[in-house]
Amino acid sequence: MTRLRRGFDRHWYAYAMVAPVVLVLALLVLYPLARGLWFSLTDANESNIGRTIGPNHIPSTYDFVGLDNYWHILSGAEGHFYPVLGWTVTWTLVCVALHYGFGLGLALLLNQRARFRTGYRIMLILPWAVPPFVSVFAWRLLLNGQEGIVNKALGGLGLPAVAWLSDPTWQKVSVILVNTWIGVPFMMVALLGGLQSIPAELYEAAEMDGASAWHRFRYVTVPSLRPISNTVILLGCIWTFNQFAIIFLLVGQAAGASSQILVTYAYQLAFSGVRDYSGSATYGALILSLLLVFAVVYKRRLGSPAKEGTA
Amino acid sequence: MTMVLDRPVAVEAPVKLRKRGERSRLGSIAYHSVMIVASAAAIFPVLWVIFMSFGDADAWANPSEIFTHPVTSNYGNVLKQHDGFLTWLGNSLIVAICTTLIGVLIAATAGYALSRMRFPGHRPLMWTFLVTQMFPVAILIVPLYNILSSLHLLNSYAGLVLTYCTISVPFCAWMLKGYFDTIPVEIDEAGRIDGCTPFGAFWRLVVPLARPGLAVTAFYTFLTAWGEVAYATQFMATPDKYTLAVGLQTYVGQFKAEWGAMTAASVMISAFAATVFFLVQKHLVSGLTAGAAK
Repeated sequence: MTRLRRGFDRHWYAYAMVAPVVLVLALLVLYPLARGLWFSLTDANESNIGRTIGPNHIPSTYDFVGLDNYWHILSGAEGHFYPVLGWTVTWTLVCVALHYGFGLGLALLLNQRARFRTGYRIMLILPWAVPPFVSVFAWRLLLNGQEGIVNKALGGLGLPAVAWLSDPTWQKVSVILVNTWIGVPFMMVALLGGLQSIPAELYEAAEMDGASAWHRFRYVTVPSLRPISNTVILLGCIWTFNQFAIIFLLVGQAAGASSQILVTYAYQLAFSGVRDYSGSATYGALILSLLLVFAVVYKRRLGSPAKEGTA
Repeated sequence: MTMVLDRPVAVEAPVKLRKRGERSRLGSIAYHSVMIVASAAAIFPVLWVIFMSFGDADAWANPSEIFTHPVTSNYGNVLKQHDGFLTWLGNSLIVAICTTLIGVLIAATAGYALSRMRFPGHRPLMWTFLVTQMFPVAILIVPLYNILSSLHLLNSYAGLVLTYCTISVPFCAWMLKGYFDTIPVEIDEAGRIDGCTPFGAFWRLVVPLARPGLAVTAFYTFLTAWGEVAYATQFMATPDKYTLAVGLQTYVGQFKAEWGAMTAASVMISAFAATVFFLVQKHLVSGLTAGAAK
């Protein structure tokens, strides 16, 4: 007790300063999180949850079912988890790879001395400046049915029109296309910042030693960019894995389970048809655990010096 | 002349000797063609939306007509709508500004404490901030929906602002910690020697120095709140409370598509957003990665 008292005396300033945040997080994040985890252990849905209709309060009648929801989903009996998980992983990997690939390529180009560089830079950043929900609607206009400009352009080239937004397979192509368009500028600007902070002396020294352009890229640029690459790739994976707006707004409401990712699928469970609150909460808990495992593994792998050369 | 011929290497030299960073003619052509294609891909959708916003109701099926009959009626219609664009813009601004203010005000002291003081609970708190940012919308939306519904806060600004605080508070604390780390501790120490309390040093010395960081954090929070779709779509049920991200969905539903209204609204939103964005974009990435790399 005295130790606690002394600790408090010494640190009370710190505690006073973090108190508001801790309070807000406890009320707004931890309490709902606990409730969400509790829901995942029950059979709560729209019809048995407590609610108020006019003056009448209807009490909750859902029951505790233990780990049934998790078992139902993880055993594959529910039928959607593994296909949706597979697509979510593919979606994340493909999107982050495209973001990083295009971002790095354009950053390297923008980092060279050239005419109109500022002009290119401004144009290339534009997709980031437009609010994402606006961009998605813009793309819906472009990819729209028979009359959208993309299909007209394909027609002009003598190619058949593509059902971008209604065919399940093409929906997947469309969401990746749109997400890539929206996400590349961030990577580009982040990596450009990284490139510009590499000291020119390193390149000069490498050139003196007779390193070719490829060698300079491989042995100077790549290692120097590693810290920033690790950060943006980690952020990119988490953001893409949790990306809601693009899929929901582009194909979401009309799409079947096959073009949903875990987050949008869980949202669909919670808010369409008979609202399956427990199923959605279980999905939420599973998504969070996956992300946590991923983040820990990623951090650990980067932390170990043995892997430094291969990362 | 003979001397040059004696050393054939020298003959080639003028061809090969380019200044560092200079390209051959072919290289230049390749460079500019790649850049032009990439830039075109980046700006075309935006230009197309601007172009279409000057078309009448059927123009999306027949774009060439817009050249001959451009109309500005879409803008007028969108602005005139009752419980339409202007209401939604106002709602978006109210919600986003409140979220930003609350986020930055609450998180600033915590960011400072985390940056300067070592106290029991320091690491768990940092971890909490990090983990909260990974929270998928799916895990909090149902409990929050039920809680807000029992508090009668659904379909209200307050409810949405509270919801957004679950995202903005940990994010701001995390970002601001990164910024405060870049301000030398010597400044606080000098303040303390001159008689400031720890809070005084924070308020009088560090906050003024961290103003750019505060601004960038605020801007990011604003952007997040302003573009949020999932919560707003469920929590805001009537058109007078829609935010822009919800309202735009009503233009292009499953069964109808008012592309004229949609494009005109998009142009107005983007013109505003993009202007602000280009003013601050230089600071955006450095801010985010400074916080995240720690």
